[in-house]
Amino acid sequence: MYAQMVKSTGTGVKALDEMEPQERAFQERINAGDKIEPKDWMPAGYRKNLIRQIGQHAHSEIVGQLPEGNWITRAPTLERKAILLAKVQDEAGHGLYLYCAAETLGVTRDELTEMLLDGRMKYSSIFNYPTLTWADMGAVGWLVDGAAIMNQVPLQRTSYGPYARAMVRICKEESFHQRQGFDIMMTMAKGTDAQKHMAQDALNRFWGPSLMMFGPSDENSVHSAQSMAWKIKMNSNDELRQKFVDQTVSQAEYLGLTVPDENLKWNEKKGGYDFSQPDWDEFFDVLRGNGPETTERMEARNKAWDDGAWVRDGMMAHAAKKKAMKVAAE
Amino acid sequence: MSTNDWPLWEIFIRGAHGLSHRHVGSLHAPDAEMAIKNARDVYTRRKEGVSIWAIESSAIAASSPEDKGSLYDPADDKVYRHPTFFDIPDEVGAM
Repeated sequence: MYAQMVKSTGTGVKALDEMEPQERAFQERINAGDKIEPKDWMPAGYRKNLIRQIGQHAHSEIVGQLPEGNWITRAPTLERKAILLAKVQDEAGHGLYLYCAAETLGVTRDELTEMLLDGRMKYSSIFNYPTLTWADMGAVGWLVDGAAIMNQVPLQRTSYGPYARAMVRICKEESFHQRQGFDIMMTMAKGTDAQKHMAQDALNRFWGPSLMMFGPSDENSVHSAQSMAWKIKMNSNDELRQKFVDQTVSQAEYLGLTVPDENLKWNEKKGGYDFSQPDWDEFFDVLRGNGPETTERMEARNKAWDDGAWVRDGMMAHAAKKKAMKVAAE
Repeated sequence: MSTNDWPLWEIFIRGAHGLSHRHVGSLHAPDAEMAIKNARDVYTRRKEGVSIWAIESSAIAASSPEDKGSLYDPADDKVYRHPTFFDIPDEVGAM
């Protein structure tokens, strides 16, 4: 999902009776539905995995501002512009909630930022694709945020308290994001032939990358099994992808748009759609840093960090000066 | 990388008049004034509050999970502290 390649350490899930007493007590708390809080004991692997997962999720929110920020100045109406601004501001907020949650695990904000900027930490593959037309703002909200919701709603029940609470806040806002995207798609799908064509083109380009957001099939992955035992991953990638397709197809039909998959077919027996897998070679290539916009995204983040240095330093200097004056006055 | 890290602040928001401030999360800011300004942007974009408190995280003292027993167990055998412990006859009326 927003954390597509979180590899856990270890060799598989231990049974309760193979665990040391402390670890066993921890796992039993998780099994019982207890929340783990920052000062509680936790296995090193749990902490490490969560830092990677929450960190990648946070980075995705931050980098995710860029493809949409691209269209703020060119929104077709003042209302659309205000809505898009609010949406992009929310993404910044989501990044901040998640960084806060990650920081409770003992990593600092600056360490996380540094790891994003030098490429040691990843963000979701989806944000390495370009947003070529205004219809892409519709497709991103509808499909990308729609896919994100699939993953984030169950994560509200994740075992780590600060992460679960951040998810509750995020999910409340995410629904606005998806609806504003669908609203754009509805307007364009009902518009001129040229607008309809733009809407279909946006769906064509974002369909595959949206399916990739859930990550590769993880049915046999020991990493996924451990994350699921720890309740930091709540559903398998395939399960969520299926749910997303089943939900989205009828929405596309409502819009009068065609899902770009000739193998898409309702399967009565499983009560869901059969569909083609996205291009996994492309997915892994994007993760390796070869996405169409990867270089631009990383340059934009690095530039923002570097150009903002004097502001951050200046504000610290001002704060220090005010503090000194206050001490002198006392 | 800047070594000038902004300190961490814990943010408390009063959701509506008459309610107490409630912890909503944390953020980084150079000073208290900016912490409140940032809290406004991060935590009250949809009218979630009418008042903000910000306190530097390092100034908060917290109990440890290990102290749970000594802090809360003594209340286990003091059920008489709850009004429902006492049976008041129906004929006495509401009490």
